[in-house]
Amino acid sequence: MSDNIEVRHGTDIRKGEMVRYTLRERMCHWLSAVSYVYLLLSGLALFSPYLYWIAYILGGGPTIRFWHPWVGLVFFFVQMWMHTLWQREMKITDQDRQWGKTVKEYVTNRDEKVAPTGNFNYGQKQFYWAMFYSTLVLIITGLLMWFPEVVSLRAWGHSLMPVVIFLHCIAALVTIAAFMIHVYMGIVFVSGGLQGILWGHVPVSWAKTHHRLWFEKVQREDRSRISSSEF
Amino acid sequence: MSNGTLEIKAISGHSGKAPGSGVSRDYDVCKLVDTTTCIGCKACEVACVEWNGYEFRETTFANTYQTMPETAWNFWNLIKFNEMETDSGMQWLMRKDQCMHCEEPGCLIACPADGAIVQYSNGIVDFNQANCIGCQYCVSGCPFNIPKFNAATKKVYKCTLCSDRVGAGLEPACIKSCPTGCLHFGSKEDMKFEAKKRVDQLIANGHNDAGIYNPGDPDPTPGVSSPGSIGGTHVIYVLNDAKHPENYALPADPSVPLFVKLWKGPLKWIGGLGMLAGLAALFGHYVRYGPKPLDEGDEGRRAQ
Repeated sequence: MSDNIEVRHGTDIRKGEMVRYTLRERMCHWLSAVSYVYLLLSGLALFSPYLYWIAYILGGGPTIRFWHPWVGLVFFFVQMWMHTLWQREMKITDQDRQWGKTVKEYVTNRDEKVAPTGNFNYGQKQFYWAMFYSTLVLIITGLLMWFPEVVSLRAWGHSLMPVVIFLHCIAALVTIAAFMIHVYMGIVFVSGGLQGILWGHVPVSWAKTHHRLWFEKVQREDRSRISSSEF
Repeated sequence: MSNGTLEIKAISGHSGKAPGSGVSRDYDVCKLVDTTTCIGCKACEVACVEWNGYEFRETTFANTYQTMPETAWNFWNLIKFNEMETDSGMQWLMRKDQCMHCEEPGCLIACPADGAIVQYSNGIVDFNQANCIGCQYCVSGCPFNIPKFNAATKKVYKCTLCSDRVGAGLEPACIKSCPTGCLHFGSKEDMKFEAKKRVDQLIANGHNDAGIYNPGDPDPTPGVSSPGSIGGTHVIYVLNDAKHPENYALPADPSVPLFVKLWKGPLKWIGGLGMLAGLAALFGHYVRYGPKPLDEGDEGRRAQ
């Protein structure tokens, strides 16, 4: 069996499969996911009294107040790392805008009417940018909230802090909306999507169905790679 | 003041009704500070530090009599020596600064920690450090710059209006120490009456701008304006010039910051209901449309 396994980008590829995400991309994604979920839970505990019970599960109020900023820092740096990996892939193109016009067909599974899409579809790209810009707002406001005693030493600090906390909440709510859709799409709605981000490989047929333009591009590149090689 | 007045009225960061709230109360307590008879002796500062068991902390000298620029985590009672130039010379406006024990406390509204800030039905707003998480949102919610953070314990502290003494039927330590009698303590109604008597006396003596500082009181003393939207305070002042509280380093129109109200009010509800609506919408979508077919022509797969 092992003869049939090809290893590419830290990913095991069997017959009829192709690399969806490299090992590095997967690591980055899951680091970001784990830190985000901690931030989400600890943040929700502090957002609403109805969710303060989460604080007790995570070790108590003072504990989450200590860890939330540190994990936030980790999340920020992972996001920046992800940006170096995917920033170019996430550029919104004319093809994406075409796809955007057929988004209604996409979400209602009328897939034959959906415009073909590349490596990431328009929805995935919008999710990415929503997360990226929210992260920037969250890190700036978050750093101010980490040491409010420094900011509040100044008179303007007192009027600034409520605005800062408010913006932190707004940006967090934006990420929550995006996150809920992302998890639903990735795990429930698009079967096979979770496998791709976990182990990196997807069936060729999956790629053809969901990311046709990307599939065709990889095919072209593979053909040129094989034809230019010795055998 | 009886223990009955220490029934809990509101608890920070607490879902649902506060236990023990809505119980009938006899009276709410109030501290009256008559700034016109304060001599700036600082006895109240010492009494406060002593009663609460803190070391007398370092003082700051800035060419005034003032002990330090503002209250500190272990120094809750500070006489502010405000200097004001007038046509007839310098006016020395001394005012005892401490927690105002607002009826609508910005600190309690802003606090996310369950039970870290407690408002008793007698009006006292008290911090419970055991539940404090040190986020300092209370600092941003206070219009009077009162709660102070201790970086070593990561907790926030402020004047308790001597809730421990009041609960045992005693007056606050600062009241007991005042040698001129400029500090009074009793029911809010009585203190408003005493304050009005003193203001009338001052006006009769030609201090026409004398008045009471009791911002936002829904039942203000007749003839006294009470700006602000914090529902009145359980520390009230007699000021020689009530038209210009800024001269005493008091905010003219204290209120809970707009963004604290927006975040703890509409945003909390819109955010919470929005998250639930989002979950419901996704579930509805799944039931209506289900997952995408795995591959083209994979319709049979779903039947399995």
